[in-house]
Amino acid sequence: MCQAQEEYGGCDQPQRRPRVSCAQKCMKCKEASPVLVIRVGDAFCKACFREYFVHKFRAMLGKNRAIYPGEKVLLALSGGPASSSMLRQVQEGLSREIAKKLRFIPGIIYVDEGAVCGQSLAEREETLLQMETILQASGFPYHLAHLEEVFDLPSSILQRAPHSPAGPENSYKEAVEGFICQQRREEGGSPSLPERRIQEKLAELSMREAPGTEGLAAPGARLLGAVRTEQLVQLFGSVKTLTAKEELLQTLRNHLILHTARAQGYSKVMMGDSCTRLAVKLLTNLSLGRGASLAVDTGFSDDRHGDVVVVRPMREYSAKEIAFYNHLFGVPTVFTPALDTKALEKASIHRVIERFLFGLQAEFPSTVSTVYRTGEKLSTAPGDADPATGAAEPQHCLLCLCALDTNVEDGSALQAILVSEQLSQQRLPAASPAGRGCCPGAEEQRGCCMNTTAPGADARADFLPLLCYGCRLTIKDTTCLESLPLYVRSEAERRKCRAAMKLEIQEFLLEDEAVNPGES
Amino acid sequence: MDNVGGIAGRIFAIVAAPVSLLVEFGGGAELLFDGIKKHQVTLPCQPEPWHIRNLLKWIKQTLLKERPELFIQGDTVQPGILVLINDADWELMGELDYKLQDQDNVVFISTLHGG
Repeated sequence: MCQAQEEYGGCDQPQRRPRVSCAQKCMKCKEASPVLVIRVGDAFCKACFREYFVHKFRAMLGKNRAIYPGEKVLLALSGGPASSSMLRQVQEGLSREIAKKLRFIPGIIYVDEGAVCGQSLAEREETLLQMETILQASGFPYHLAHLEEVFDLPSSILQRAPHSPAGPENSYKEAVEGFICQQRREEGGSPSLPERRIQEKLAELSMREAPGTEGLAAPGARLLGAVRTEQLVQLFGSVKTLTAKEELLQTLRNHLILHTARAQGYSKVMMGDSCTRLAVKLLTNLSLGRGASLAVDTGFSDDRHGDVVVVRPMREYSAKEIAFYNHLFGVPTVFTPALDTKALEKASIHRVIERFLFGLQAEFPSTVSTVYRTGEKLSTAPGDADPATGAAEPQHCLLCLCALDTNVEDGSALQAILVSEQLSQQRLPAASPAGRGCCPGAEEQRGCCMNTTAPGADARADFLPLLCYGCRLTIKDTTCLESLPLYVRSEAERRKCRAAMKLEIQEFLLEDEAVNPGES
Repeated sequence: MDNVGGIAGRIFAIVAAPVSLLVEFGGGAELLFDGIKKHQVTLPCQPEPWHIRNLLKWIKQTLLKERPELFIQGDTVQPGILVLINDADWELMGELDYKLQDQDNVVFISTLHGG
């Protein structure tokens, strides 16, 4: 890499970053001795680091003005360092004096994914107990969800709900001022305060009684739980590659969180994705063919669902800062093994990219922030009209709800891939079912999975056009489409029928003047 | 006679005193150590002083139960594993060359699992 002073002749190792010694003072207060180094050579003492950390969270929320006062926000807690740190920041922010207080109403959701990660029931119960301690200590209403509940989701999850667009900048300020005035008035007159507290308690009770929280405890529910767990294990067992498993897990988890948010009236969801994580995600998504949706996948706010917006307030914290903060200030975390814990180095694309980035970061400490800043420049384009179907708004992927990026235009990379797929299909009409997942441009020895028995092939052929390119790759690695949750299959069926119906009545529809200017 | 005794006494004094440490693992790194997060260890006496460099080698031989490549890469820790010495970043203490003192606290935190 480019380093001005480096001498390539003699040294056998690349020059390491400059050492900051303990003898220097904290770069901010210039008095205390530093305890950690952030970025390249910025040494902070404990007190200044804490201030810096807390301030960054509030600045992130304030700068983006995404969260209005009094809004209900769902915090997605996984027990890991970043989301636990986020919870602590929210607690701190809500406890300050009223002028500078964070002004939203938080709730927490924890999703138990133990079944997918191969944990036994006993291990899962233990993790849940640990998590409940943390959740109860926070004092916020919380929801415990099991990934098995994904089989009971309604198919409305996959439909984009209408979203009332946020007003202009002024309305945020007005909303804040109005809220402050209202709070001051309420503090003057006492009756409304106890009322509000009672309402909050009632709301908490109703949430705690929700079926998901007692899934493992009640005996009747236990049987259902066992069936669902079996289904879940079967679904993930039918996915052949670790990459596809991770993608599927993320998709299902997001759907479950979204459902809880919608059901309980939350309009925002906060995810604890750190800067390091987002840099890895950015490069991973590029490798997975999800380049078209990079802006929503890694940006601050993600509004693909319409009514519920996902925000990522931890996106400017590096993993190191979060780990240090948690250790120095006693933030409780619960470590749960994930799908790729102790996996081999090249087991999945996610692992490869993570290893690559971390390795590079060790030698060149501005790597992660450079990737992150490049990603920050991405923004979502306003929806373009899709010329092929003449629809007013672009179609959305069935699974990830991003705009479909699969217009097969002349000369596009996608067209080249599809052509080579078709060519390899025609060469081997009676090929045996694919041993591994079908990759685009399959080698000639292996048939495309579209060559399997006719019903399976048909179902898959109908299913794939509803997905964006990245999700197609995930589904291609899934051998058994029947094991997908019902809501996915029924929504796919619905869309397919609608498309077929539209095709039938196409000639009777009044067309847009822009598409057919000359015809009457 | 006295001189020999005096010289012998001085030679013994150069050998490093036994070093007792509290070694902690966090962030998932404990999985490689049988799930145990805190290890109170006493390093064996040896002529060379104990640095982080040879502490890592010792951990690899003694404490590490599986998958050494997930914890150690060559001479140093795997990228993504933070090292804290007495609650301070090891970059401020000289990293591998920091000389361990008795009753030091060394913490290894893995940042490879996000959350």
